[in-house]
Formats: sequence, C-alpha cells, structure tokens
Amino acid sequence: MALLEATNITKIFGGLTAVNDVTLTIEKGSIVSVIGPNGAGKTTFFNILTGIYKPDKGVVLFDGAPTAGLRPDQIAALGMRRTFQNIRLFHNMTVLENALVGMHTHLHAPIWNIILRNRSLRLEEGKARDRSRELLRFVGLDEKRDELAKNLPYGDQRRLEIARALAGDPKLILLDEPTAGMNPNETVEATNLIRRLRDELGVTVVLIEHDMRLVMAISERISVLDYGTKIAEGDGAVIRANPRVIEAYLGKGAAGNPA
Amino acid sequence: MAKSTPQTGGTGAWDQLVGLIGRGPGGYVFLSIYTLVTSLLLLLNPRTNLFTDIVFILFLLLILAIYRTKVHVGFKIALGVITLGFVMPYFGTLNPYYIDVATQAGIFATLAMGLNVVVGFAGLLDLGYVAFYAVGAYLWSIFSTPQVGLMISGATPIPSGWFYGFILLGLTVGGVFGVLLGLPVLRLRGDYLAIVTLGFGEVIRVLAVNLDKPLNITNGAQGIKDIERPPLFFADPLRAIFSSFGRQLDNNQLYQIFFYFMVLVVVLITILIVSRLKNSRIGRAWTAIREDETAAIAQGIPLVRMKLMAFAVGASFAGAMGVIFASKQLFINPPTFDLLRSIGILTMVILGGLGNIPGVILGAVLVTLLDLQILPRIAEILRSAQKAGWPIPSAFDPTQYQRLLFGLLMILMMIFRPEGILPEDRRRQELHEEDEEIVEDAAEAEAA
Ligand SMILES: Nc1ncnc2c1ncn2[C@@H]1O[C@H](COP(=O)(O)OP(=O)(O)OP(=O)(O)O)[C@@H](O)[C@H]1O
Ligand SMILES: [Mg+2]
Repeated sequence: MALLEATNITKIFGGLTAVNDVTLTIEKGSIVSVIGPNGAGKTTFFNILTGIYKPDKGVVLFDGAPTAGLRPDQIAALGMRRTFQNIRLFHNMTVLENALVGMHTHLHAPIWNIILRNRSLRLEEGKARDRSRELLRFVGLDEKRDELAKNLPYGDQRRLEIARALAGDPKLILLDEPTAGMNPNETVEATNLIRRLRDELGVTVVLIEHDMRLVMAISERISVLDYGTKIAEGDGAVIRANPRVIEAYLGKGAAGNPA
Repeated sequence: MAKSTPQTGGTGAWDQLVGLIGRGPGGYVFLSIYTLVTSLLLLLNPRTNLFTDIVFILFLLLILAIYRTKVHVGFKIALGVITLGFVMPYFGTLNPYYIDVATQAGIFATLAMGLNVVVGFAGLLDLGYVAFYAVGAYLWSIFSTPQVGLMISGATPIPSGWFYGFILLGLTVGGVFGVLLGLPVLRLRGDYLAIVTLGFGEVIRVLAVNLDKPLNITNGAQGIKDIERPPLFFADPLRAIFSSFGRQLDNNQLYQIFFYFMVLVVVLITILIVSRLKNSRIGRAWTAIREDETAAIAQGIPLVRMKLMAFAVGASFAGAMGVIFASKQLFINPPTFDLLRSIGILTMVILGGLGNIPGVILGAVLVTLLDLQILPRIAEILRSAQKAGWPIPSAFDPTQYQRLLFGLLMILMMIFRPEGILPEDRRRQELHEEDEEIVEDAAEAEAA
C-alpha cells in the first residue's frame, strides 16, 4: 500500500522551475532515495511534502488523505517527520529536551495540570522521558542526554535530529542528506541506523543523499531529479545503467565511483 | 545563528565562593551567620541611612545566597520563612521605607517573570508589556471608586471585598489583551515585532489619557485617586501578634505589611507557575520556537497557538499585578504606565538573565534597588559633598543624572556580561529537576 503519493508536483520560484511535474509513490515499509545534482530540487520537493511550500501544481496524498490546506505542523502531527540538510537542532536545549520537543504532538496535558503538576501530568512527563531516552539509546545518545545540543559533535547532531524526528512516532521520515559532512566511519554507522529505522521501528524512510555507496547499499528504489524533473526511477541496477543518469549525475565527479 | 562564544555557565566567581563554603557544614554556618548578622543589624538600627541601605541590600542578596548554597532544602525553606516571613515584616514596622522597597521589588519581580515568558521563553520581543499592567490597574481603579459612576451613570463602587475576585479578573482581562496584542503581530519578527508592541503600549497609555471624554472612563491625565484597599481580614490577629512583640500598629502600617505579604505570595505562586510551565510541553515548545521556528513547526508545534499562549500567559501576570498595584498605591495616572516602565521591566529581564527565572527575579530586585535606593542615595551623597565645599560644579545636580548613571551601568553590564548576571543554563536545571524528583519520590515513599 502506498504511504505517500505525490502526483505531478510543480514548484516555480520566480522564473525558475525548481520542481517540474514530479510524481513519486512511496510504499509503506520501504527505503527510497532521491538523488540528483546540486540544485536539482530535492530539498524543495521535501519542503512541499512537509507543507512548508505549497506546490503550484500537483497533489500530495499522505496515508490516503490529501495534505493540501494543512499547515506544516498539522502534517507533522499526522506522522511525517523530517531532518534538515543544514542541521536545525534547538541549540540551547539539552539533548533530552530536543527529543522531548519531538514528542510535542503526543503530549496533551492541559495547562492547569501543568500548573498543579498533578499525577496525570507527572505520569505523562515520566512516560515522555522514558520514551525519549529509549529513542536516544536507539541512536546512541542516551549518555549525552544532559548536554546542550550545540556542544555535540557533528555526527551526534545528525543522530539527534533523527531521534527528535522519531520521537513523533512517525510513519514516514524524510532525511535530507543525513551523512553530509560525515567521515567514512560515521557514514557506515549512519547507514546502519537508517536501516534500523525501518527494520526495528517499522518507519518508512525517504532520503536525499549524495553518497552513492550509501544510496546503492540501502535503497530499494531510487528516484533521480535533474533540473527539477524526474529523469529516472528504479532499483540500484536500473539507475546505474541509465544513460541519462550517468550523464546528469554519475557522469560528473562520480564517474570512477559507480558504487 | 549559534553564539560564537561558548557559555561558561553559571557565575564563575560566585560558584568558586560557593565551592569554598558550600559543602558540608560550611554552608550551614555561613548562611546562619549571614542571616543572623544582617537581621540583627536591620532590627537594631532601623533608621534610614546609607549604612542601613547597605545592610538591606545584603539582606536581600541573602535570599540569593540561600538559593545558591548547597544545603538541605528544608534548611533553605526555614531560612526563607525566617527572613522574608518574620524579619522583613517586623523591620517594616520599624521603618516603612524599606518594606515598601521590598514590596515594589516583589511587584517588579512578578512583572519581570511575566515578561520573561514572552521574551525569554518564547523569544518574542515585547516593548509594550506595561500596557497589561495598566489594564489591570485601571480595572480595579475604575470599579472600586466613584469613577465607575462617571462611566455608567448611577453605578456605585464595588465593595472592597471584591478585590480578590478582581485579581482573577485582572488575570483574565490581561490574558485577553495579551491575545489582542498577539494576533496582529504573529507574522512579525525581531525589530518589527518590537515596534508594533511598543506602539500597542503607547496606544493603551494614550487611551488612558484621552478616555475622559465624551464618556469619562479613565479620568484622563488627572488619574484616579482614593482607590479602594481590600478589607483587612487579618487585622486583629496581626495587631495582636505585633503587640505581643511590643509594637502597636496603625492602619497604614498594617496595610504595608498586608501588601508585602500579598505580593510575596503572588511572587511565590508566579515562580511556581512559571517554572512548571517552563519544564512542560508548553515551555519546551516556546523555547523551541525561540531557538528555531522552522524546526519547531517540523515537530508539529502549532506556532500561532503557542505564541498567543505566551502572550496571554505573560500578560495575565501583569494584569493581576496591576490590580494589586493600584490598590496598594491608592492613586494611578497614565505616566505610571509609560514606555520607560516597559523598558525598565525589560531591563530587569535582560540584566538578570534572559529566560532564567532566578536571574530575572534578581534583575528585578537589583533594578528596583538601584532606582529607588542606590541612585538617589548616591545623588544625595554628592549633594552633601557639594554643600561641604567639594569642587563639584554647582550646576551639577546629581539627581538629574540618575538616568545617566543607570544607563552607564547597563552599558557596562552589556559589555562585560551580556548574557545577564545569572544566565540560563538548562543543564543545571536538569540536575535540579532530578533533585526535585528524588525529593518527590522520597515524599511519596513516606506517604505510602
Ligand atoms: N525559497 C526559494 N526561493 C527561490 N529559489 C529557491 C528557493 N528554494 C530553492 N530555490 C532554488 O530552487 C532550486 C532547487 O533547490 P533545492 O534546494 O531544492 O536543491 P537541492 O536538490 O536540494 O540541492 P542540494 O543538493 O544542493 O541541496 C535551486 O536553484 C535553488 O536556488
Ligand atoms: Mg538540498
């Protein structure tokens, strides 16, 4: 069953067509990569899915329902979470607090319960803490839960962003270049983590990546964008063999590195 | 935009001092002696002069010392009750001036904590905060005096017993005005937000000046006088207690102590509410918005709702305090609620430590002391030096330079400690929270 169906999505900035008539279907439980050269419109496409931009044309169905007219926070509450290409943590909050903020849509204590700090509030907060720490353990950050996010090393910050997204108990997680700036070791760890998101937590994953080794290793399907247009789609072998992809993307810079 | 300089966290010198005396019995001895000496000095020498000023300031800083020193919570509470619950009010019967300063400091501490919700927690710069204070103050002033008859012909003032209901009403109306301000500024950030809120504050003040015609609601620039005080239902027991210590109190003294305690209770309630909010889903959402709106939305935080809630919660404290202030002051007029007052409250928040509740309270106490006590005293000393023939030009009237001195201090502060005296440190707070949980667990275990 399709968890996400984006049909004929177009987004135009001024004279620039950043995303051009792109259709993408994500099956529940899959790991899908979106690749393409710089400026191809990948991040813009994510921003449309999450509701930050309204598409000029096209429809997004999430879990069977159209997201048009919903605010980004409402879409997030439906279970679509993301990470950002340029890490956007809450820098002056602790690691644990970052994860707790991710749980926002699952916490409902009314203000008077908070003021009275009654049993039901303490119960909810306690559960939230336990769940957050579970997720921090999942990404390997529980030991650092009391550190400020801004003091974490780069790789940890990326993992914290994933933990924060997981805290919302998402059906779908969108990862925008999750290994950008990581060294080879960290990239291997991140690859494993992404696989575990799906295998252990059952979260459907869509990722934008430039690291071909990672993309080929974990994605079941790959979509290639170039100048806003989807030029190819299929599994790793299909993409590797596609001449347009080789020309647009693998041909440059990655010619000697076909995974 | 992360700050480039890493925060050192806490106040270095203070932590060192606390480190020296704060562990083991050292902290207990230190605090006991500190409390004893300052209390005795105040009670034995209650005259208004420079010496008492200094002792009084040390006495107020004692509260900070009690808060920061590592001693048992029970001991802290005991000392707090002794100092604020007994020494201060008794001293107040000996010298009405200082307890009034303390009451004012409490009023401003509440206002600063309320503004801190908006500016410190949610990161929304509000330069018109005093408007909500004005709304609360005018609410009680109009309805508790014959002014109400000028507004609604035939209406008579509300019985003074309604005062407590009006505190709640002030809370509500303040919150509603907070939302009214919040709605138009939701899309604005930074400078634009500051300018519109500043305008809002001025609009309320100008309304207060001009709403004396065609219908006389606020009595215009003349202000409203003879504002009603609440009935003193503790009057007789209070009198009895003090007379057993050999003090006969008149009505005004009683009211001073009454308002002192009322403000103290409000401050304590405010601390409780604000710190609980801070460590809840709501407070975390506010901080997330302050840190990064886009990332906050991506976590499913509804921006509009949370911002409006911050404006409403912050404003409601000012609304409630406005009612108490009007009743304590007996007279209000529009200049009480001008832009400088808003900026003054903002200064307390920033000077003390944006976002940090103890810091904000400290900021409020220090600025109030500076304003009401330290600067006038310096001016007075300079003036007497002038009279004694010191070579200070006679055209130089120090009282005129109060604001200048104040400004200079602020500039120095911002150069040397821009994050405030007690900056926010969320790590420390996490530790405290665990303490609190341990205490709670222990209490629950005991109850079982
Ligand atoms: N808000 C915006 N306003 C105007 N142009 C934009 C906006 N956002 C993106 N663009 C443009 O749209 C195009 C696609 O950008 P996008 O960020 O989606 O690319 P990308 O595939 O994510 O690239 P990269 O791999 O470098 O992250 C670029 O030319 C970019 O300059
Ligand atoms: Mg991008």
